[in-house]
Amino acid sequence: MTGPALLSVDGLCVAYPTRDGGTTEVVRDVSFTLGRERLGIVGESGSGKSQTGRAILGLTAPGGVVSARRLDFAGVDLLNCLASERRALRGGRMAMVLQDPKYSLNPVMRIGAQIAETLRRHEPGVTRAQAQRRTLEALAAVQIDDPERVARLYPHEVSGGMGQRAMIAMMLIAGPELLIADEPTSALDVTVQLEVLAILDKLVAERGMGLILISHDLRLVSSFCDRVLVMYAGRVVEQIASGRLHEATHPYTRGLLNCLPQLSAPRHPLPTLDRRPEWAQ
Amino acid sequence: MGGAVRDGRRLGLRAQSLRVEYDGFIAVADASIDVAAGESFGIVGESGSGKSTVLRALCGLAPLAGGRVELTGAAAADTAVENTPNLSMQATAQSPGSADAAVPAPGSKAFRRAVQMVFQDPYGSLHPRHTVDRILAEPLAIHGLGDAEARIEQALADVALGDGFRFRYPHQLSGGQRQRVAIARALILQPQVLLLDEPTSALDASVQAEVLNLLEALRERRGLTFILVSHDLAVVTHLCQRLVVMQRGQMIEALAAADLAAHRVQHDTTRRLMQASLGFQRKVSG
Repeated sequence: MTGPALLSVDGLCVAYPTRDGGTTEVVRDVSFTLGRERLGIVGESGSGKSQTGRAILGLTAPGGVVSARRLDFAGVDLLNCLASERRALRGGRMAMVLQDPKYSLNPVMRIGAQIAETLRRHEPGVTRAQAQRRTLEALAAVQIDDPERVARLYPHEVSGGMGQRAMIAMMLIAGPELLIADEPTSALDVTVQLEVLAILDKLVAERGMGLILISHDLRLVSSFCDRVLVMYAGRVVEQIASGRLHEATHPYTRGLLNCLPQLSAPRHPLPTLDRRPEWAQ
Repeated sequence: MGGAVRDGRRLGLRAQSLRVEYDGFIAVADASIDVAAGESFGIVGESGSGKSTVLRALCGLAPLAGGRVELTGAAAADTAVENTPNLSMQATAQSPGSADAAVPAPGSKAFRRAVQMVFQDPYGSLHPRHTVDRILAEPLAIHGLGDAEARIEQALADVALGDGFRFRYPHQLSGGQRQRVAIARALILQPQVLLLDEPTSALDASVQAEVLNLLEALRERRGLTFILVSHDLAVVTHLCQRLVVMQRGQMIEALAAADLAAHRVQHDTTRRLMQASLGFQRKVSG
């Protein structure tokens, strides 16, 4: 870890009510701290990785109950602050890149206008001309060749990779200190994935942000992040530095690593995960 | 009937100079493939390279502007298209005038039965308001196959879903379970050729392994011919012996899986795809 903690999470739980009156805990006692570094959260569908990210931002769906011993972002107590403070933080000092640009951009608003809206929401003093200029700069920063043209387009007129860059531009324009990227490249083509990750990597390094990358792809996360949290059934089962992944001890982590087909080492059949109930304990 | 190999008949698929255009846009310029019976063949490429369009053209879902598709294979004196007598009506729906009278012609009902497809997104390809039972019964009804009860039970057993899944709706299933239902829907007609359009890209890595193993086991058991489209080279080389790389509607490189494993590739696009399958690499200089 580098520098003082930007985000401290201690004993985070997220529970949703069930139909029969009980509750289901989808995140159970998750604790970690984040400095200005790249942290990966890996797990299968339903492991609670996205719910963890959403709880930090305060985007838990209505009905969900978030509790924690401590949830602290750069000195702000996220559990007990006002909704208005939370709103000011969200998009301003902490931001989130979502999975599929096709669904998460506003379909009836031009890309440039969406980016400018984020900026003007968080920096009220910005003039129209300044907003316009900074929007184009933000688009240029995510390596869009012709920012003026792209700013005038609607989300359906751009490719997935372009849409995702536009979303990253939108999230970074207010200069957040923490960026949570929830499967930012899963909807993209393999080669475009790497371009988008390279852009994200460069911006995070330049601006000294903290980044949480949420993904089901252990290989991708471990090649991108400094540290990886592996989640299973709402719990963190293992926390390990990316470089030491081959030393992972938990059978779930080992299973995740093992089940990928490899170009150079064909195995038939592929090993599959043998899920044990005690992992969820 | 059931999971056992039917009457030994196997079909391959040959396509020559396929061309697909949409309003003047050339999606596939010139694609030719020849897949032997029982072989597993891969098509890789980036988004927009035309790989899925080739697959759709093979089964008649994309309009052909040129070229032809035909089934090939050991059809000599093959009078029994199906070994159960109540299905003999299938034998009448065949191409007239062809030398290989037993090989179904493209567009015929028998062709559609012999060539089935599994789509990419199991969240989009199953009818949300039909139960698994109804989803599986529909192809049987279309092709006039009787004995639906036993066939549905067998199809579910083949993809390792228990009987408990039969009366569920797609939203009550996980992604991997849905993809199994989609595979069962294709296999329930006992096709000889299975077209797979990114069958695992919407699934988690751990579920992907299960589905890949299932596909491989089914191919061995039934002698199926696979044509697999994917952007993930590792997945393609796992399932296929031979593959082609596509770019902008053209087939730019043909490879054997062993070539890829040994990194013997010619084209830049192939190299880029290979890099991508290794994960993110930070440029040290930057």
